[in-house]
Amino acid sequence: MPATAAATDTRTITFREALREAMVGEMRRDERVFLIGEEVAQYNGAYKVSQGMLDEFGPKRIIDTPISESGFSGLALGAAMCGLRPIVEFMSWSFSLVAADQILNNAPKMLYMSGGQWGAPVVFRGNDGAGGQLGSTHSWCVEALYSNVPGLKMAIPSNPADAKGLLTTAIRDDDPVFFLESERMLSDTGPVPEGDYTVPFGAAALRREGTDCTLVSFGRPVNFCLEACDALEADGITCDLLDMRTIRPLDAESIVESLKKTNRIVVVDQSWPFASIASEVIAQVCERAFDWLDAAPRRVNTDDVPTPYAKNLEAAYLPNADKIVAAVRSLLGR
Amino acid sequence: MPKRVAYTAKIEFIQILDENGRFDAALAEGGLADEQAVALLEHLILCRHYDEIAFKLQRSGRMGTYPQNKGQEAIAATALAVTRDDWMVPCYRENPALFLHGLPMEHILLHWMGDERGNQIPEGVNVMPISIPIGTHMLHAAGIAWAQRLRQTGNVALTYFGDGATSEGDFHEAMNFATVMRAPCVFLCQNNQWAISVPREKQMASETVAQKGLAYGAECVQVDGNDVYAVYHATKAAVDRARADGTVTLIECLTYRLGDHTTADDARRYRDPKELEAWTKRDPILRLRTHLTAKGLWDDAKEAAAQDAAKERVARVVKNAEGIAKPSTDDIFDYTFATLPDGLRAQKESMRTHSLALEPGQETLRRAEAQHA
Ligand SMILES: Cc1ncc(C[n+]2csc(CCOP(=O)(O)OP(=O)(O)O)c2C)c(N)n1
Ligand SMILES: [Mg+2]
Repeated sequence: MPATAAATDTRTITFREALREAMVGEMRRDERVFLIGEEVAQYNGAYKVSQGMLDEFGPKRIIDTPISESGFSGLALGAAMCGLRPIVEFMSWSFSLVAADQILNNAPKMLYMSGGQWGAPVVFRGNDGAGGQLGSTHSWCVEALYSNVPGLKMAIPSNPADAKGLLTTAIRDDDPVFFLESERMLSDTGPVPEGDYTVPFGAAALRREGTDCTLVSFGRPVNFCLEACDALEADGITCDLLDMRTIRPLDAESIVESLKKTNRIVVVDQSWPFASIASEVIAQVCERAFDWLDAAPRRVNTDDVPTPYAKNLEAAYLPNADKIVAAVRSLLGR
Repeated sequence: MPKRVAYTAKIEFIQILDENGRFDAALAEGGLADEQAVALLEHLILCRHYDEIAFKLQRSGRMGTYPQNKGQEAIAATALAVTRDDWMVPCYRENPALFLHGLPMEHILLHWMGDERGNQIPEGVNVMPISIPIGTHMLHAAGIAWAQRLRQTGNVALTYFGDGATSEGDFHEAMNFATVMRAPCVFLCQNNQWAISVPREKQMASETVAQKGLAYGAECVQVDGNDVYAVYHATKAAVDRARADGTVTLIECLTYRLGDHTTADDARRYRDPKELEAWTKRDPILRLRTHLTAKGLWDDAKEAAAQDAAKERVARVVKNAEGIAKPSTDDIFDYTFATLPDGLRAQKESMRTHSLALEPGQETLRRAEAQHA
């Protein structure tokens, strides 16, 4: 479980509510924090994450924008450089692509290029990954593409409790944080501590313990891995399942430690295979623990094609429990 | 030094048929002929029915999210102002124009049913695929127009977008490129007053959308977007200018989204019902019907026939769209590159086995084979 500071009782709430609790909590605590994006105020958020926040904080801190992703990303960066703590909501990370220069070429380099003078403590957050038949331009997984850039942090929670704790950490962080949510998980429920707590960046969570194989994942596919673990356990195969929680920083230590026990690794990642996070994990494993591998590492990614629109094709394209089970079995030869 | 005026401009507003049925015959001169107007009314009735059926298909779970076109059908008149060889570069709320330009009606349904093949435009129909990332397609339109210029085809590109889309940098860059390069492009903004829940005045502080084109040296005009005569008039002039010498025009069609943003939205939560009521009276179909009836060109019998024809046609279109077999998993590999690379060929093969409910590694197959041997 996440490190709990002042957190008290735990109750069951949705992922969406957990995100909101983190933002509301930080906005009450810190006057510098504000939320900006399309439809975040009056409409309560395109996905209702910011429900009620305009009522509580007013239009100076919950800001609806014109449809200008580059515009409000750059504006947030400017505000951050003058001491504010913006949270930028992209309706979908797919739409952040039109703001690429601000979020990739400006925010993560500002501190470096100003010799430590201008920090960029902005949280960019929104839906990432195939939301369910939204077509290829609206179904981006940005993690591989964006995490390539030094100077940014990237968190990708798999459950409501982490969502709240990681987002709180993100808002308090002094660097730009890319926070990746999933439209497909916003209504998921789970136990979430009340009050104020943080989940540290760079600390993977061990979701399952086993001896046969190490499963590494992050975000929504962690849930597919849990399903796969159940199926495999029924056949007497047990896995360590590591939920990375942040990609930048990446807790490679925990992966190597687990691998030394299981000697096999499968990385499950819902983005394209080429130069993906899965590729990065496997590269690091090979560099650090090659002698501990009993079998070639495996990746379970999507297929190397644009996200299909048709229901049957989208389902065939995404990672799922069956594909994970098949990958683990093929490593074990059983 | 005395101050002088460096620049002045004005934006004209064009209306030919107003909501009270007044018709400016002088301005209409040389515009839509009577038989064109009658055929247009039949088309608008067809499109309204199509829109309603699409909405119902979504509500009954037979289609994904759908953005209604209701109230904005007068945009169809733009299709009468171009030749079949001119290009339409759409966003997603101009079905009536696309259909008139030759896009089979099945395609839009297929698209929103979540089938890529909706965007597989038939040969000879100069319509580009629907564009979901707001604003990005306007640059393509500038490029398409530039290609027409270089190839000396004499064709023009028309691009459609909403009021909200003019906040994107791409709109400004596209206008600038088109005007600087004299690319024969017409920019058609359907200012329907809303971008999801954001009203026009929160989207922009400028009084009109049309004036945004002034900064780029484009011809700029605002028209009553619910008046097919005015929409035709302005588009025809713009297309002719573009074709003649590459003059770029920005046309702002003042209209109103009578429906929700999409089927995933409920506009009652943020819109004043009085506003909706006022605009309902300005419905483009109602206006044209009243006008043609007064002129003796339309009557109850024609109305009934048009409604029946619309029902029959849309039923057939829905049947066709729903009758198309699910796409094959091969499609996702075959259309990623112009020629299939080896890596993808391997994935395609493994997907085939997977889609037959066999695991890609084929472990059980191999085991079965081993047992058999
Ligand atoms: C780059 C980008 N940002 C945000 C969105 C989400 N979005 C879809 S439609 C829309 C509103 C568009 O409004 P407008 O341009 O006025 O067109 P209308 O829907 O009113 O026809 C928004 C914000 C998107 N599709 N693409
Ligand atoms: Mg609009």
